[in-house]
Amino acid sequence: MSALRGRAHRYGDNVDTDGIIPARYLNTSEVAELAAHCMEDLDAEFVRKVQPGDIVVGGENFGCGSSREHAPLAMGGAGVSCVIAKSFARIFFRNSINVGLPALVCPEAAGEIEDGDEVAVELRSGRIENVTQGRSYQAEPFPEFLQQIIAAGGLVAYTRERIAKR
Amino acid sequence: MGATITEKILAAHSGQQTVRPGQFVMAELDLMLGNDVTAPIAIEEFRKIGAKKLAGGARLVLVADHGTPNKDIKTAEQCRVMREFSREQGVQHFYDVGRAGIEHALLPEEGLVAPGECIIGADSHTCTYGAVGAFATGTGSTDLAVAMATGQCWLRVPESIKVVYRGERKPWVGGKDLILYTIGRISVSGALYQALEFCGEAIEALPMADRLTMCNMAIEAGAKNGIIAPDATTASFMDSVTSRDYRPMASDADAEYARTIEIDCSEIELQVALPALPEKARPVGEVGEVTIQQAVIGSCTNGRIEDMRAAAEILRGRKVHPEVRLIVIPATPRVQLEMVREGLAETFLEAGGVLSTPTCGPCLGYHMGVLAKGERAVATTNRNFVGRMGHQESEVYLAGPPVAAASAVLGRIGSPEELP
Repeated sequence: MSALRGRAHRYGDNVDTDGIIPARYLNTSEVAELAAHCMEDLDAEFVRKVQPGDIVVGGENFGCGSSREHAPLAMGGAGVSCVIAKSFARIFFRNSINVGLPALVCPEAAGEIEDGDEVAVELRSGRIENVTQGRSYQAEPFPEFLQQIIAAGGLVAYTRERIAKR
Repeated sequence: MGATITEKILAAHSGQQTVRPGQFVMAELDLMLGNDVTAPIAIEEFRKIGAKKLAGGARLVLVADHGTPNKDIKTAEQCRVMREFSREQGVQHFYDVGRAGIEHALLPEEGLVAPGECIIGADSHTCTYGAVGAFATGTGSTDLAVAMATGQCWLRVPESIKVVYRGERKPWVGGKDLILYTIGRISVSGALYQALEFCGEAIEALPMADRLTMCNMAIEAGAKNGIIAPDATTASFMDSVTSRDYRPMASDADAEYARTIEIDCSEIELQVALPALPEKARPVGEVGEVTIQQAVIGSCTNGRIEDMRAAAEILRGRKVHPEVRLIVIPATPRVQLEMVREGLAETFLEAGGVLSTPTCGPCLGYHMGVLAKGERAVATTNRNFVGRMGHQESEVYLAGPPVAAASAVLGRIGSPEELP
């Protein structure tokens, strides 16, 4: 796992999955099409602003609401390299791990990173560096079980390994 | 030390004597669910896993409910993916238009969920089935794909919050009001990653339809699952839908809870959750003058026959306000048929409402009642996020069927008590 680096796009508490990808686009699972509408109802400028590698920063309960996996898929498709939040809604968190969009819990970083700051993230160690502000943080480590899924490359790859071992 | 009902069900399904909160388990599932939005991705991921056959095909339920009858060509293609997969794999429980209802109303009605069972669904409102004493939780499509391939799902055993409801409910106050009030108290993240265990004398007195409504919205407090221990009401409901065996479980008296919340139901008024979070619950009398253009009665939260009866009782002999569009959506074909038989369909139509076929439709702003810019709706649905029912500058007020029906007549948000 390499270091991720990009500009921060900061949002508040309780960002819901309707805000990340409105239901009117759920009649497709094409990632490029979903990506084109990412954050549409929350921040109409997002798709124009976002650059590959950028990082989304949220407050509490990020990704609450529906179970749509289209949400992390749209974010990944739009170029978002990871999400840092004070806390995540549980289905969004599962989905992110499963589809390979890193989701880091770090209340301090999520509270202090400003919109537009340049942020670097070292996934293996969970170290978050705010390059613009010159501050660094430590994200909560993933539980050992989840580390196995991440190390395998996502839940599909992990399951293939499990089935092969049987 | 004792165990909660949630811990007992997860232990029994992962081959362990006991499990503790925080522990990760690989649970053997009794049932898994997908719909026309989530199943197409799950089917694609199922193939990526390299699986050829479903692990326990009888345990998969696929329901075409979100955008059906097909609202556009893309939706039609999504349903076709489910239909072809079901044929290929011999999926016995594939529900297509005509048999399909909103999944979380349909599955209990079909007797597919039972006490003590362990269920996942690629839909966040899968937590509804906790009402019959099952562990049921929402996941994404990839989790469903893995469940389809292996019959299992990884789960973190949640801490439990005990919510004790005492006292008698006021007239018209139902499960929707209790759960909106509860979410208002604990917030939309108040039960994050935890189980919400509803109990107490007011729950024991609560009919199954209201219990389903309460567990349905556990996710709106961030909960992993909502659950109610099986009792006589559960047994009588199960007897009415299935004759198969199941293993009811209950929490031990010395089970450990993260916290206990006490709620006196006698103080709970009819509730309305203001835009744009379910936690913005208020007594209907404190909402103020809010005119509405649409009222929706339906959804997995409140689309059961009991909800239709409550709404029809208010609308009988009355007319929907000329500036309001009332959309009534029975959650399942059986509910719809019962509405016709009981004369409720006639009541809604005579009042000036429209009747839709069963669908999730407007709840997620998908079809059958999408809002324009600046419009406001009162809805018996479960979410009022920004843009949930349509334009990002439209608004949704959540309420139970009595407030939705009364508001449709008044042209503004109000209670049945205000009707002439």
